[in-house]
Amino acid sequence: MIVVDGLAKRFGNVAALRSISFSAANGQITGLLGPNGAGKSTTLRALYTVLKPDSGRAHIDTINVIENPLAARSRIGILPHGVGLSQHLTGRANIRYFGRLQGLNGPSLEERIEQLIQQLDIHSFADRKAKGYSQGQKTKVALAQALVHEPPNVILDEPTNGLDVMTTRALREEILTLKQTGKCVLFSSHVMQEVAAVCDEIVILAAGLVAACGTPDQLREQFGHDDLEEVFVAAIRSVGEPQT
Amino acid sequence: MNNAFRAVFIKEMVANFRDHRTLMSALLGPLLAPLVFVVAINFELSRALDGSENSLELPVLGSEAAPTLISFLEQENISIHPITKDRADTLAAVDKGSLDLALVIPKDFGTQLRSNQPVRLEIIVDLSNTKVHAQVTRMRSLLRAWEQQISALRLVSRGINPVITHPLLIDEIDTSTPSGRSAVILGMLTYLFLLAMLMGGMYLCIDTTAGERERGELEPLLALPISRSNLVVGKIAAGSMYMLASLAISLLTCMIALPFLPLEKLGMNANFGPAVAISAWFILAPFALLGSSLMTIVASLTKSYKEAQTYLSFVILLPTLPILIAALMTLRPSPELMLVPSLSQHLLITELIKSHPIEPLWVVISVGSTLLSSLALVWVAVRAYRREGILI
Repeated sequence: MIVVDGLAKRFGNVAALRSISFSAANGQITGLLGPNGAGKSTTLRALYTVLKPDSGRAHIDTINVIENPLAARSRIGILPHGVGLSQHLTGRANIRYFGRLQGLNGPSLEERIEQLIQQLDIHSFADRKAKGYSQGQKTKVALAQALVHEPPNVILDEPTNGLDVMTTRALREEILTLKQTGKCVLFSSHVMQEVAAVCDEIVILAAGLVAACGTPDQLREQFGHDDLEEVFVAAIRSVGEPQT
Repeated sequence: MNNAFRAVFIKEMVANFRDHRTLMSALLGPLLAPLVFVVAINFELSRALDGSENSLELPVLGSEAAPTLISFLEQENISIHPITKDRADTLAAVDKGSLDLALVIPKDFGTQLRSNQPVRLEIIVDLSNTKVHAQVTRMRSLLRAWEQQISALRLVSRGINPVITHPLLIDEIDTSTPSGRSAVILGMLTYLFLLAMLMGGMYLCIDTTAGERERGELEPLLALPISRSNLVVGKIAAGSMYMLASLAISLLTCMIALPFLPLEKLGMNANFGPAVAISAWFILAPFALLGSSLMTIVASLTKSYKEAQTYLSFVILLPTLPILIAALMTLRPSPELMLVPSLSQHLLITELIKSHPIEPLWVVISVGSTLLSSLALVWVAVRAYRREGILI
């Protein structure tokens, strides 16, 4: 469960987030949708505490991320935008590294790694050096790293960027599996169809503000369009040009 | 030991061991640097030594005019090769390099000598050819020796004791021990060791900071429930380990290669056995932590792998500065100087090579001050990683 309340963040003269509030429930997939520069990555980075917001609050499972970042981080798994692996380690060793950093070890860790390798269909390349991985293989191993400690909340930043159709589809199925196991899944994208395909709730960001939020049907009703892409465009226009 | 620290430390040790570039600079550099040093010094030394006792081939123009001088030279192990060409051809031959040097004796040598006139002898040489310097010096001193014999004979024939022409007797008494003399050359070794050590950890320090961020590995790490100090200290510790290994390799290479230097011929003696090598490792070891934390700070402040590489190649030269100043000022070890990292290690190792006794207090101050500065740098590195800007 993720609750964001009035987050604001400036980088110099640029207001990246002006006021962002939304919540993402357990057992649901929440999509953070917005054009480039809307503040999607900044919001997610504030949630996983690598950025400190200037004002506002965020809670992960009722833990305040600003006051208690370590506890908050232990309850999330993240797949950042453009994530990389350690080139000279195998996929398995990369997952093991994150497992150890999460405080896991011994046979229970090895068991969990094996389980993820089966679940995410990694076995054919798990014992090869990550140096030669394709974008899809890299994403799968990075997702396994994010899930190794079985976090109740999963945050994915533009996870399907640069993936082919088959890998995108596999990732989508994985996200749906996470939902079915009761996890809170929050993922960002700038592609409406992608969000529409899996999300229960959609939060549309534009210029550092929440332009609209709700289920796909609620959004269609609110903006009077059947086509979600038209809804997206109308929502962005409703906010106006980015301000500084 | 903390789990996260241990995980980072082991991961960086293993991952970098599989990286050819890091491994090459950690192993090959320390192996080759002392070898190159020994080969270069050896070349210079054998050049300088050349000709001091071997017979010298001397082309002489007009040798028939000075039979006494020629037989004196022959007694001094100089083999005379009379030249049939004239002076201009001889000059040209030396200029072209077909002759290294030549002695020109004028035709009227005998008559001039008998009439007590100074006789002009010419040593024709191209001094830009460094290998003849020793031969010229030897020629000069032989000619002077013969000149002194003649002048002594002249004085005696006039009833004057030749001793009156020597109002001074100058004796130089050299108190340096043979290994003390070699310390000048071997003083360069400290820098060699520091360089090999820093080189050994340089690529690891870049890879674990700027490289990691550039490849997008840093962001998921920062979102893990571990403190950033564990992350940074794990990286610094791995860098220090590589540096310590490089240091051991360079000391070992040096220990094996140094006996091949002809230092004894110069009356020198390289005191660089296993005991000295092991002591040197312990004296230099604290510097690994300093080097690794300094490189981690600099590399983490840069924007890319390439930029880090550029800055670190300057950082690697930093430890030379105190050593350079020490060389210019001919500093001797003192408790105050032991406060300066790199300088203290240089002075201690120089003393070690000279077989001088080392005050335990010096070592304590050197180790203590180097470790304290390292801890300060580790703290700065942790601060650098706590900035938001570390990701950007």
